[in-house]
Amino acid sequence: MHDPGNRVSPEPLAEARGLAARYGGGALAIDGVTFAAQAGRRMALLGPNGGGKTTLFRVLLGELPPAAGELRVAARAATVPQTERSRLDYPVTALDVALMGTIAGLPWWRRPGRAERRLALDALAAVGLREQSGRSFGELSGGQRQRVLVARALVQDAGLLLLDEPFSGVDRPSADLLTGLIDRLAAEGRCVIVATHDVEQARSWDLVLCLNHRQVAFGPPEPTLTREVLEATYGGAIVDLPAGAGPGRAVLPAHHHAH
Amino acid sequence: MPTDAVIATIWGALAAPWQDGTLLRAFAEVALIGAVGGVLGCWIVLYGLSYGAESLAHALFPGLVAAALLGIPIVIGGTAGLIVAALAVAAAGRVPKIGGDTAIAVVVTTMFGLGVLLALSPASPPGVGGLLFGDVLGLSDGDLLLSLVLAVAVLVALRLLHGRLLAVGFDRGSARSLGAAPALVDAALLVLVAVAILVAVQGLGNLLVVAVLIAPAATARLLARRVVPMMAAAAALAVAAGVAGLYLSYYASTAGGASIAAVMVAMYLAALAGTSLRPRIISARA
Repeated sequence: MHDPGNRVSPEPLAEARGLAARYGGGALAIDGVTFAAQAGRRMALLGPNGGGKTTLFRVLLGELPPAAGELRVAARAATVPQTERSRLDYPVTALDVALMGTIAGLPWWRRPGRAERRLALDALAAVGLREQSGRSFGELSGGQRQRVLVARALVQDAGLLLLDEPFSGVDRPSADLLTGLIDRLAAEGRCVIVATHDVEQARSWDLVLCLNHRQVAFGPPEPTLTREVLEATYGGAIVDLPAGAGPGRAVLPAHHHAH
Repeated sequence: MPTDAVIATIWGALAAPWQDGTLLRAFAEVALIGAVGGVLGCWIVLYGLSYGAESLAHALFPGLVAAALLGIPIVIGGTAGLIVAALAVAAAGRVPKIGGDTAIAVVVTTMFGLGVLLALSPASPPGVGGLLFGDVLGLSDGDLLLSLVLAVAVLVALRLLHGRLLAVGFDRGSARSLGAAPALVDAALLVLVAVAILVAVQGLGNLLVVAVLIAPAATARLLARRVVPMMAAAAALAVAAGVAGLYLSYYASTAGGASIAAVMVAMYLAALAGTSLRPRIISARA
């Protein structure tokens, strides 16, 4: 389990103040984003579909310039995209995908050599897929594909990991593996930001940021995730869970699908 | 011994075309075209650029014809034709109510029609018509040397770009965060396709050049599960089809370019039939 005592992290790896961003000349896609995430922290990014989660990731990756506010990213950021976005009929193995993480670190005329292959194989071993390194990416299960993309981010030597809804379409045992992996990545001193619809899981992490174009709330989950905050985040589309959970815990977004 | 006689006859039939300098050059040209077309074709197939490659080939046609008429190198004419076509596509795309696809179709058809008009006009010298269907038997040593230089340049560029092409084709959205700029990679690939068309157009002709860029790679796609083996298979198939096409042309007195294209398409159909009849291992595992 993640041990809060191990965190040595006064300096945030990612810090934003009043951050806003837009595409082209359009309206602001996100606005008023203010947070600080230190090494060792797991931060849930909650919000409806189209609420700006992916936009915030693109700003953190440096792909989209801030339209207003301040942003400081003190580590290399890497994204773990949804696997539906990559082509499953593409002729690559798990190792080929992990090796894509070496592109930025090599001069443009150099191809990955033995050292890079070892790095990629080590990263696959770290996500428990060393044995599957030679298998086609498209043949792997959804959870395994997600872990291959985590391995690719590890090859990039990223301190800030951005996971875009990693649990969607992943079965229960794979989701548990992924949850354990997220805990370990954070415990090793990385900052892990996970865009998710799973409010219950968010409660077990260190920080939550609720985003519905504007930032609704940010902070540790326990005081932050109130019914009012979730209603503002999901536009009132929340349902009460039946008995069992304590007060203030009995809310989930209506479009949430159980895993 | 009758078997010896049979072997000698077959050997004689296979060796006969190689006695001829013209055919020797033709064999060298199809080997170059096959290597470049097979390897580059893999990216064309994986990027879904088949329509784009065909458009590119037709759009640079009037440039080729103009160069042949003016007596300047066809590389210069082809490049000029491409620039004119690109500007025309951009301009047509700006006209309201004309979509991108329509703009390309209109420009490409216009350019190609213009080229055909020039090439087939009675005033044009007879060799110009060869640009349409190719003249693999009419190559000079200079043509061959130019093909060699361009072919090597394309293969070297593809090797340098390999990792970036792989990453962008896999997932365009996250490629930038990996350090591969999709727009740059796309542009580089299109430039290489244009160069490959210039290499192949003299041998295969403008109408058939697309066959070598697509058919061997599409065939290899059915057989290989990784990109590099796919490229090796595509290049081998393309060279084999080129050589087989030349034999066909030699003994059946058919047009060289058309024979090669026919063998390539036949190969694809055979591979498609073969993989369709085989139990679908991959889809069963997914």
